[in-house]
Amino acid sequence: MIDLSVKICEIEFKNPITTASGTFSIKDTSEFYDPSELGGVITKGVSNIPWEGNPTPRIAETYGGMLNSVGLQNAGIDSFIENELALLNQLNTKIIVNIAGRSIEDYCEVAEKLNDTSVDMLEINISCPNVKQGGIGFGTSTKLASLVTKEVKKVTKKPIIVKLTPNVTDITEIAKAVEDAGADCISLINTLLGMKIDVNRFTPILKNKVGGLSGPCIKPIAIRMVYQVRRAIKLPIIGLGGIMTAEDMAEFLLAGADLVSIGTASFNNPLVLIDIKKNFIEYMIKHNFKSISELKSAFVE
Amino acid sequence: MAKLIKEVLIKENIKIATDIYKMALEDVQIAKSADIGMFINIYPKDSKLLLPRPISISEISDKTITIIYQVVGDGTNELSMYKVGDKIRISSALGHGYKIQNVDTHILVGGGIGVPPLVELAKRIPNKKIAVLGFRNEPILIDRLKEAGAEVYIATESGRVGFKGNVIELLKDKGIYGDYYYACGSKGMLKAIKKYCAEIGKEIQLSLEERMGCGYGACVGCVAKVDGKNAKICVEGPVFIGDKVTLS
Repeated sequence: MIDLSVKICEIEFKNPITTASGTFSIKDTSEFYDPSELGGVITKGVSNIPWEGNPTPRIAETYGGMLNSVGLQNAGIDSFIENELALLNQLNTKIIVNIAGRSIEDYCEVAEKLNDTSVDMLEINISCPNVKQGGIGFGTSTKLASLVTKEVKKVTKKPIIVKLTPNVTDITEIAKAVEDAGADCISLINTLLGMKIDVNRFTPILKNKVGGLSGPCIKPIAIRMVYQVRRAIKLPIIGLGGIMTAEDMAEFLLAGADLVSIGTASFNNPLVLIDIKKNFIEYMIKHNFKSISELKSAFVE
Repeated sequence: MAKLIKEVLIKENIKIATDIYKMALEDVQIAKSADIGMFINIYPKDSKLLLPRPISISEISDKTITIIYQVVGDGTNELSMYKVGDKIRISSALGHGYKIQNVDTHILVGGGIGVPPLVELAKRIPNKKIAVLGFRNEPILIDRLKEAGAEVYIATESGRVGFKGNVIELLKDKGIYGDYYYACGSKGMLKAIKKYCAEIGKEIQLSLEERMGCGYGACVGCVAKVDGKNAKICVEGPVFIGDKVTLS
């Protein structure tokens, strides 16, 4: 019998698979499969008030990847609690709410409103490349990343994950700053800032001109960063960036991730998280691993 | 869990005009999920192409759906290469399509590759229907619309076939007038017909197009302003009441 469970921050996940923020909708994803099969679900970013997001086109396909400039469109925390959380509560899985903000006060307001809910963890998004204020501005400065972490920790009753951006010179510096500031967990990587130009219309495809690159083309960067951060800090890590297969997931765990998130792959196949879970069990059998910790400890530098 | 992703059988894949192909796909469950003006996601096999190709459904029967697509890039080029008997991965029918109104005369306005969904619409409208279609140069699906019982008027930009000009000019020139309007085409055409319908005081249903990511509501990539708020085109649309939509 293979045990896929992973315990981080005193929370037991029945398997290491979670949805990546911004790629999962409880209502729409559940049309294809039952999210209770997953270790956890991570919601789309939720802000204190409704955000309209960026103008369209917001999506561009690239070689082995895609760009998005959605800009965290969401209905705000009050609507989230009333509508989405009610549906999420019906699941038998861990619920992680991704929080977006333009200021430290914004993050804190959302975190406080989730204090007396069933939510298991918060993921603080200081790494979205698509919003003009806040977002990535906090994630590229050790000082601001640390400040957001400290302030949210003061007001929240939940363990917090800080989601890091790869758009920095040294990701371990930010990871260390966030660990020192009291974060409970780190997730990485968010999207890489990219751009695509339509060579027949001579103009950027995205109305916002630039957007976040995701998909299998970014995976080697994500693996490298998870590996570096694993060696720089003690906190648990949620690894993500371009996972398409069970082997990709194993690669993240070997690099040092405790859990993984899968996002863009679910646009290529809405059932992919379930397929990866099934294939990952086969991978574990093939290598005779009985638990996730056995797999992780098999890594040889 | 009501929606499916399935490998389905290609029953037909033929060129019907320059760069335009007709593909028939056989699957009872998918055919049952389909309604007028809805679309399917087609997943290319080429692994560098991550995103599905959302393609509108042109005709629906008990066991098959028919799509008409234009080759515009690597994904649709891949589709054009498939042979009868090949299988491709597609989704159930998605979105919300046209709602046929109980009126005397229906006007169906189509532009270019926006014409295909009007075929099933025409087939389902039980009474008088007039299709007013605009193309650059080369009309498509005229026979299918006539077989569905529609009176067909054609405009081409080049003047090669039918009226030289656009659909609005054609409507005015021929004095074509109806009780209710349905449209699918480029944003430019949709803007013009929406304005025209507002002027004559008639309601219109518009099928919108936008670059999609997932095509099922998870990514929030394709949105339109509907009643002043962002609506997901892939889930709440692609068909919306013209008066409610702001076309930027």
